[in-house]
Amino acid sequence: MAKTGEKKLGKIKGFSIQFLPYSEIRDLDSNERIRKILGIVLGNNILFLQGKLKAEEEARLIGDTMAMIGHVKDFKGIELAVIGGNGERGIIDRMRGEIIKVLSKGDLGAMTIIGPATIVKEIKRNPRKIELLLSK
Amino acid sequence: MEIKIFKNFFKKIFVSLFKNKREIKLGFYGPPNAGKTSLANRICKDFTGQEIGTVSKVPHETRNVQFKEKVEIKYKGKTLMFKMIDTPGIATKIDYEDFLKYNMKKKDAKERAKEATQGVIESIKWLDDMDVVVIVLDATENPYNQVNITIIGNLIARKIPLLIVGNKIDLKKADIKKIESAFPEYDVVGVSAKNGENFEEFYESVFKLSKHI
Repeated sequence: MAKTGEKKLGKIKGFSIQFLPYSEIRDLDSNERIRKILGIVLGNNILFLQGKLKAEEEARLIGDTMAMIGHVKDFKGIELAVIGGNGERGIIDRMRGEIIKVLSKGDLGAMTIIGPATIVKEIKRNPRKIELLLSK
Repeated sequence: MEIKIFKNFFKKIFVSLFKNKREIKLGFYGPPNAGKTSLANRICKDFTGQEIGTVSKVPHETRNVQFKEKVEIKYKGKTLMFKMIDTPGIATKIDYEDFLKYNMKKKDAKERAKEATQGVIESIKWLDDMDVVVIVLDATENPYNQVNITIIGNLIARKIPLLIVGNKIDLKKADIKKIESAFPEYDVVGVSAKNGENFEEFYESVFKLSKHI
């Protein structure tokens, strides 16, 4: 029991963090990628995906999750953030990045975080840091 | 192959002949409550005398794509004809309980949330139909939001010219420099849709943008 004056810690609902290497989605088409990601997120997992989705896939992911709200119990959408991969770099670094991207069929310099909105309250970001705020 | 080349050639001639006569489809995109409808309303009111839609402090007021056709914008002796397309705010999550804070009944809040989710889907579908897009951001909010980045990424992928507008510059907290540093590769214009501040620069940027079609 919390003593008077002591800060009460909120109850954090059960969740787990799952890391997905890019190799797991590299050869999947857009439908399969989104299905795989949603499967993980709907299982109350916060997903750390190596690399990033194509812009069209990100938009599709948002659209698909919107269609699920009201149809999947307690689902309120997702929190999504892509870190790195498109920062300010010099020409040489950019070229090197592009070559790696072509060879690996993806932007491995990036990291995508996706979590269910019932667990991840907010992903706050600025150029220097990223904060994952969880729902109590 | 030859047919395709001929087709493209005539298409280019046709577009250049009628470029200034046809309507340019100008979309307003952005997160909820950034002031997309307020901005579209001000433009429509200035040039047609009519507004495009209602505005509210409650997020997701615009839940359907709204149009205003044949909006003739005159700026420094030049005239361009636009079809204004005001889209629902794009969000990654919608919780009906958020609407209850605005003294809304549970039933109405649930209905609003349902319509808002459909609105987001509609906005995304409409991306393919735009000629140029104005991304409207609330200049008092953090611009490093994935929704903004996703919208921009999708416009780049579709080769649609874009302009970023930081709205609400009449508010003390507004920080246009923060938006500029978040998106250094794009034109950023600060405006106040509420009181019409800096619209000269806005129209100039829209005309400049329309040259890229």
